[in-house]
Amino acid sequence: MDPKSTSAAPAAAPEKAALGGSVVLAWLYVGLPLAWGVSQTFIKALALFK
Amino acid sequence: MASDSFLDRSRTIAPPGYNRWLVPPAALAIHLAIGQAYAFSVFNKPLGALISGNVDKPAADDWTPGQIGWTFSIAIVLLGLSAAIFGKWLERVGPRKAMLAASLCFGGGFLIGSLGVHMHNLWLLYFGYGFVGGIGLGIGYISPVSTLIKWFPDRKGVATGMAIMGFGGGAMIGSPLANNLMSHFKDSAPMGVAPTFIVMGIVYLLFMQFGVWTIRVPADDWKPAGYVPSTEHNALITTRNVSADNAIKTPQFWLLWVVLLTNVTAGIGVLETASPLIQETFSESALGAGRGVTAAAAAGFVGLLSLFNLLGRFFWSSASDKLGRKITYAIYFGLGIALYALIPTLGHNLQLTLFVVVACVIISMYGGGFATIPAYLSDLFGKYQVGAIHGRLLTAWSTAGVLGPLIVHSLHESAKAKGLTGAAAYQNVFYTMAGVLVLGLLANLAVTAVKEQYYEKGDVTPEAGGH
Repeated sequence: MDPKSTSAAPAAAPEKAALGGSVVLAWLYVGLPLAWGVSQTFIKALALFK
Repeated sequence: MASDSFLDRSRTIAPPGYNRWLVPPAALAIHLAIGQAYAFSVFNKPLGALISGNVDKPAADDWTPGQIGWTFSIAIVLLGLSAAIFGKWLERVGPRKAMLAASLCFGGGFLIGSLGVHMHNLWLLYFGYGFVGGIGLGIGYISPVSTLIKWFPDRKGVATGMAIMGFGGGAMIGSPLANNLMSHFKDSAPMGVAPTFIVMGIVYLLFMQFGVWTIRVPADDWKPAGYVPSTEHNALITTRNVSADNAIKTPQFWLLWVVLLTNVTAGIGVLETASPLIQETFSESALGAGRGVTAAAAAGFVGLLSLFNLLGRFFWSSASDKLGRKITYAIYFGLGIALYALIPTLGHNLQLTLFVVVACVIISMYGGGFATIPAYLSDLFGKYQVGAIHGRLLTAWSTAGVLGPLIVHSLHESAKAKGLTGAAAYQNVFYTMAGVLVLGLLANLAVTAVKEQYYEKGDVTPEAGGH
């Protein structure tokens, strides 16, 4: 479970849902370039096993 | 000024309900960008052939590898110095302003460097990428650390491991990106380097803005839902705070300085020699015709080490949340000593697979050492000025950046002068690095709780960081 601020008001529930989407987008923003870089490195590393 | 106040720490305090899992991507946006520095070597050959246009036949006026190498060295030295100098400023103004400064310096460094490349002015390249870019590296490296520790008091190792993992991953993005851009621009400028610098400067500047505008600091009384600080007494985890100025007066700071210095110095020993080491140890003359490790396979080995450097940052740092920092570093050093001492034997016996596995484990612990140190500092000195303390500790990295290659090159040259070849030419390097790790092990074992006299009295707030 994702811990949130202890001072969150009950009325903030829709905001939390939106933030959940933001979290996914935020991780995609950094995750996609990283995944591309790792895949490029992995392809290069395969030469060691040929 | 309105835009100025928007950058202030007070404007970055998270509203109620803010999801703390937005903070690691903000930190990663900074570290993935500045981690490009580890891939600077991709420019070495093109920069050395700007006049001749042929990497295999440099002209007399082309820059030498030694001259070009100084660019990276200056950047790493400036990383340590700027992290140490600007750490307290960062704690006072907050992460947003610091990240913006880092992005402007790092992106701007590329742009100034491109001018140096275009004009073939080496000093401008040093000033741009090395000096200005190096300041961006230092500020950027420490900018999210204390914020992450405050958001994740229950998982400090996981949080800092995620960010610092980005620094390892940055090279994996920066290297192929630079190669693709230089290939694209090769017909419009000498070796395509200057326009590549311009594009990378702009791309990184923009990419880092995500971190600048997403980062938030928690309210002073915030804590994760359901989080109850452990009541188990652990002398090495304080609930109080030590200022950056007091921290450097403690033996604990300098013991951790030695811990980081030795771990990085030894790791650089492997990274510096990885490609020639595996090619010379497992050469055709040793393994038989057609069975030796080729240059392409050696590049694959270097790539594999990069992957384990990245994975180790997250794995070991996360594991330290369960194991404790002192035990985790004891593993780095204890296991490290055994593995460094084993490498020459594996080389002599031509055990390629085991050799690769051992090297990967070693490099995972090298990366882990970087990622675990902020949490170790936070345990010992509290979260009050942990970013500034971390910044000062990074001078150990700068020192290791000089010391490691010096040890490696002098021992290797000395062995070659004695006529040693293959694994034998490197064995003293690895035995010496095992000895360096013994020093680190002893320093780690000597770490105890900080004495009462160094703690701050009463409550402390980040804004009061200037005292």
